Parts: sequence; C-alpha cells; structure tokens
Amino acid sequence: MSKEPVAVVGIGQTKHVAARRDVSIAGLVREAAQRALEDAELTWADIDAVVIGKAPDFFEGVMMPELYLADALGAVGKPMLRVHTAGSVGGSTALVATNLIAGRVHGTVLTLAFEKQSESNAMWGLSLPIPFQQPLLAGAGGFFAPHVRAYMRRTGAPDGVGSLVAYKDRRNALKNPYAHLHEHDITLEKVQASPMLWDPIRYSETCPSSDGACAMILTDRAGAARSPRPPAWMHGGAMRSEPTLFAGKDFVSPQAGKDCAADVYRQAGIADPRREIDAVEMYVPFSWYEPMWLENLGFAAEGEGWKLTESGVTELDGDLPVNMSGGVLSTNPIGASGMIRFAEAALQVRGQAGEHQVDGARRVLGHAYGGGSQFFSMWLVGATPPTS
Amino acid sequence: MPASRPLRDIAVVAFAQTDHLRTTDELSEVEMLMPVLHQVLDRTGLKTSDIGFTCSGSSDYLAGRAFSFTMALDGVGAWPPISESHVEMDGAWALYEAWTKLLTGEADTALVYAYGKSSPGSVRDVLTRQLDPYYVAPLWPDSVALAALQAQALIDAGDTDEPALAAVATRSRVSAADNSHAQLRGSVPRGDYAVRPLRTGDCPPIGDGAAAVILAAGERARDLCERPAWIRGIDHRIEAHGLGVRDLTDSPSSRLAAERAGAFERPVDTAELHASFSSQEVVLRKALRLDDSVDVNPSGGPLAANPIMAAGLIRIGEAAARIHRGDSDRALAHATSGPCLQQNLVAVLEGDPR
Repeated sequence: MSKEPVAVVGIGQTKHVAARRDVSIAGLVREAAQRALEDAELTWADIDAVVIGKAPDFFEGVMMPELYLADALGAVGKPMLRVHTAGSVGGSTALVATNLIAGRVHGTVLTLAFEKQSESNAMWGLSLPIPFQQPLLAGAGGFFAPHVRAYMRRTGAPDGVGSLVAYKDRRNALKNPYAHLHEHDITLEKVQASPMLWDPIRYSETCPSSDGACAMILTDRAGAARSPRPPAWMHGGAMRSEPTLFAGKDFVSPQAGKDCAADVYRQAGIADPRREIDAVEMYVPFSWYEPMWLENLGFAAEGEGWKLTESGVTELDGDLPVNMSGGVLSTNPIGASGMIRFAEAALQVRGQAGEHQVDGARRVLGHAYGGGSQFFSMWLVGATPPTS
Repeated sequence: MPASRPLRDIAVVAFAQTDHLRTTDELSEVEMLMPVLHQVLDRTGLKTSDIGFTCSGSSDYLAGRAFSFTMALDGVGAWPPISESHVEMDGAWALYEAWTKLLTGEADTALVYAYGKSSPGSVRDVLTRQLDPYYVAPLWPDSVALAALQAQALIDAGDTDEPALAAVATRSRVSAADNSHAQLRGSVPRGDYAVRPLRTGDCPPIGDGAAAVILAAGERARDLCERPAWIRGIDHRIEAHGLGVRDLTDSPSSRLAAERAGAFERPVDTAELHASFSSQEVVLRKALRLDDSVDVNPSGGPLAANPIMAAGLIRIGEAAARIHRGDSDRALAHATSGPCLQQNLVAVLEGDPR
C-alpha cells in the first residue's frame, strides 16, 4: 500500500506583531488563510477539511477556539480537527493535515496555526501552579536556561555563541517582511550588552511574544498538477514524544528529537543530513538552541554544533543556512511558530522566500519542539516529487 | 455523494474505561488514567513499545492549567520515545486522527485515550469559555441554558414534549443498571427544572473519568481480537458557531457525517449517541434516521455518565464492545463537541458475519 504524495501549494502568513488590535482572533486567522488560498489560486470551496493548531487555550482565554473559528475558516459543513502538542503544535498540525491526504481521506486540506498572545499573558499562562509537580519556573526561559548551561559545560562552548545566533537571526528577519522584530540598528555589541534574564540567556537572545497566524494549503498529486506556482513536496514527516521528567532524560539532546529526525531522514532517503540538506528552519526560542539542535538533528557531531555556528556555516550565505526567516527569535506566535518553520522550509524549495531565499535550496528541513523538550515534529520538503 | 471507503481495514480491538465518579479528589489525572491504559493493553497483550501510534484527547480548561496533557503522557510510559499526538477535543477525534495515521500505512496499531475531570470546577461556567469570546462568552450563557434553548425549540416545533424527554432519560438510566462503570444507574426521578424545559433528569451527571481504545489494521486486528469491530466508515463535520444561524431542531452535520461514513447504506442494530441532554437524542434520532428497531444507548449513554472529553470516545468504545461480545453486528457511534451539537462525528462499526 503506497501513500498519496503530499504537496504544499499555498502559503500565507500575517505580518507578525506584538499586538494586532485591529482584528479579532477570527480576523487574524482569516487573513492568513485567505493569503494561502490566493497563493494557491483556490477558493474556500476547494477545501475539503480544515486542521487547526495552537498552543494552550489559556493564551487567549478561549476554550477549544476551533468551535468559534469554524465560520471564519470556511469550515462550516466540513471536517475540522484541532491539534495541540505544546510548542511543537504548528508542525504537528501540518503533519495531521498531511495524513488526511497521504491516507487518501481528502484531496485538499487547509491547515493553519495561530496565537494572539496580546489577548492574554503567555508568561503567566505557562505558570499556573500544580501541587507536587515541577512548575515551569516563571515562564519558559527559567525552564530552559539550566539546560543551556549544561550544554555549555558539556561541550566547552565559549560564552559568545548565543549572541552570534541572535545577531544572525535578527539580521535575517530584516529580509523577511512578515517577521515581528525588525531591529534595523542591531549590532552584535547590542546583543551582548542586553540585560541577563536567565543566566546565560540575555534579553536579546530570547523570542518575542507575537500575534500571528500561518496557513498552508496541502494537496494530492492531482491538486499539485493544477498548482499555478511550484509546489513543495513532502519527502518525510514524523512526530516523537518522550516524558517530561525522568531520571534518564537528556535535556541537552533528547532522544525523541534524534529519533524523530532519523525517521524523517529514513523516509526521505537522507544518509548524510549535513551534505544532503540545503537549509534548516529550526525552532530556536532561545539562541543557544541553534547549536544544541544542530547536534540533536545530526548536522554536527556531539559537542561540535557551536563550531558550525561560530564559523558562520549557519549564516544566510553560509554552507548550511539556519533560520533564514529570522526564526522564532524574531517572531513567536507560539502556537504558529512550528508551522511557520514548516512553511518557511516550503517557501525555500518553491523559490519564493524573497530576500531571504537561499540560492538553489532543493531540500529543506522544518523543525518544531515543545513541552519540556519532549514533543518533536519535523518535515523535510523538496522541490521535486518524492520518488518512492 | 458516495461514502468514503477506507483503503485499509481498521478495527477497534479493545476498550477500557474507568468507573465514572462525581469526584475523584484523591486521584491526579495520571492516576485516573493509568489503570485504564493497563487494562486496554492487557486485553490485547500489547505493551506500550508495541504500539505504532498514540493519540489522546483532553482539555486544558478542565484541568485548569496549560499543557495538562504533557503529564498524562507520563502515564503512557513514553520511553523509548513514541510516535504520539494530541487533540484538544473529545477522544473520538483522537481516534479519528489515529485512524488516518493507520490509513497511511505508517503504523499498524494505535492507542487512543481521553480523560476529563469536571469535579474541580464548575463545568457549566467552564463551558461558557468555548463561546465566541467577544460577543457571547462575556454574557456567560451556560451549557444547560443553551441546551434548554434547543429543547424549547424542539417542543415549539412539535418534535417532542416534556413527557417524551422524561422517557428518554428514564430509558437511559434503566439501561445503565447493567453498566457497572456508569455514574447514575437505575431509575432516577425527573427532578426539578434545571433550566425550563429541562429538568435535572434531562441533564447529564457531572463527573470524572477516562477511557482508552486500541485500533489495529488488517490481520493485526484479527490477531488481537476474536471479533474485531471494523470501522466501515468515519467522518465528522462542523456547523456554524452562532446559534442564531442554526436550526437547533436539526443536526445537518450529523446527517452529513453519517452519510459519508456509510451509515445509511444498511440499517444498524445499535447506536451509541453522545446526547448529553435528553432533548439532543431527539435531534440525533431524526438526523441519523434511527427508528425504534435500533437499540439506542444500551450503555445508558451520557445521561448516565458524561466525563467531558472522554464521553465521545466511550460511545465508540461501547459500540465496539457490543460487537466484540456478539451483541451487535453493525453499530453506529456518535460524538459531539460545542454548544447544541455544533460539531459531530459518526463512526460505523461492524463485526465479521456470523
């Protein structure tokens, strides 16, 4: 039994900003979906099903918002699924939509992820206390900082690597019209001089809180043949999860991340990711996660990830560009951030990434993670259809 | 439109649920869920590491905290890492996601679970947070009031009356006498009006509970279960959110989902309906064309036990269990979400011919 090949034929994003006071949640998601339809030159009537994702409902204060959003997303009379896998949700949502096509349940599916963080306060949405359980230590930074410290100790990475990542991503964001942070006067010195929040993570090495949505139109082989613009083809996709806390957990390089990447590479026939993958959009909410994930995803040997970053390999004009869009460090509507990674990977192989396009990008990895580094979702997209 | 036919035969091969209780103060969600996971695995002899895909349904708003499902995953024992996903929906939709995953051929077995603890808060208030956040939710119209609006619309249309609703409630709770997991069993008085025209007897109990199902494809299903409950079709549809633009006496999304699932091709002998209020059974019977020859909610249905987020999955599980036991050959299972039956899922399950 062979799966139906899946293609991305439409991509739409909102301009991500700190607060979209001009639109409701419905208005926000509608904007991204409409742009994806325009990109695919399709109408609402062409959509068979809608798969929507976002991070916790507490971020907007709406329980199961897909119910209220059914009208805005043209879902009335159609199937609508709501995915929630913490920070990896944007990626997982796209993969659930992918399965509807790969399993030949539907021909064309709209998938969308969003977060309108200005409706609430994400820091405190993540900090509701539960008796006898590990709290998230006042937001995500408090949880992740010790793991960054562990990475530095383990690898001997010099202190400045994190600042290099932030400086790179914020400069890349200047080339992406949809990115939230456009810091035209950014310098490495400014990043290094920014206040220390959760040692060793500085203010400028953290992600912003954004309002934003990202949508994609996924379709089957017949749909791709009608696409007015080059499709991006999915060559592999996977999700992996492991428990939050247990004695054997490696928070620096979780096994679930390694297994997820290995599954994607197996599906895509990738033996050497460093040579065979042209660029990566990875989920880097705190700058040090770039070198950490480079190792976890198999682009560098253990302990060597920071050397790739330090030597400029991950720059936009480097040998393995990472986060060409500016990444999560420049734009973070949490529930949408994973899907933005997936969508940016697709934009690259379609040759439609504009000023942040990587020349000759043929195979690009999109990556997302969530929870306490326990949920992973990834896909690898290519400019040509999969052969197997 | 022809009903969609799955490319691969997939069946429910095992089902387990908790005893549903008004309060479970002494149990965390993980503790409530663990025994159910063990039971459903034991029924097939599978271990966590044998499962190809895992998917769950639950709600952060019931748990009162963000990312509440992350701790539940600890109960699954996700080590070595597993292929896993979660829907912020009733577990019936988690089962749908797992079904699509099996259709792709990437997995041959799936574990699906769902849980909800309604006891810590006021579920009537909590469910108001599902409504349009700008225009409706600020008015706090609660779930019983909205259901009463629907019930009154049915009475006004001549589709039912209060004695008929009481008969639905009585039949459900008498059926539940045979269900050791049910929260309310045996006859229950009609009660006082909760919100006119609904009496307490027309409303579901508030309670805590969990359920789990195992799916398997093809020959794997026959290996794991003597009489698998084959999913002949499954589909779900959503309607507009605003009650003002819907005909509350009808459920077009249920009808369409049933049609797409192939429910109308041949009669069913059993229907497990996620009708949380007696009046909703009236709507669903009409939309799903269920006459008196069909055994509706032999488990007692949601009027006997309604653990939110699991109650829809339990409908599929109960229908499948009847097929496993040989009490049914072709059953319809229904799940719903949202105010006044906004979103509906229908699955058609069949046993091998005897």
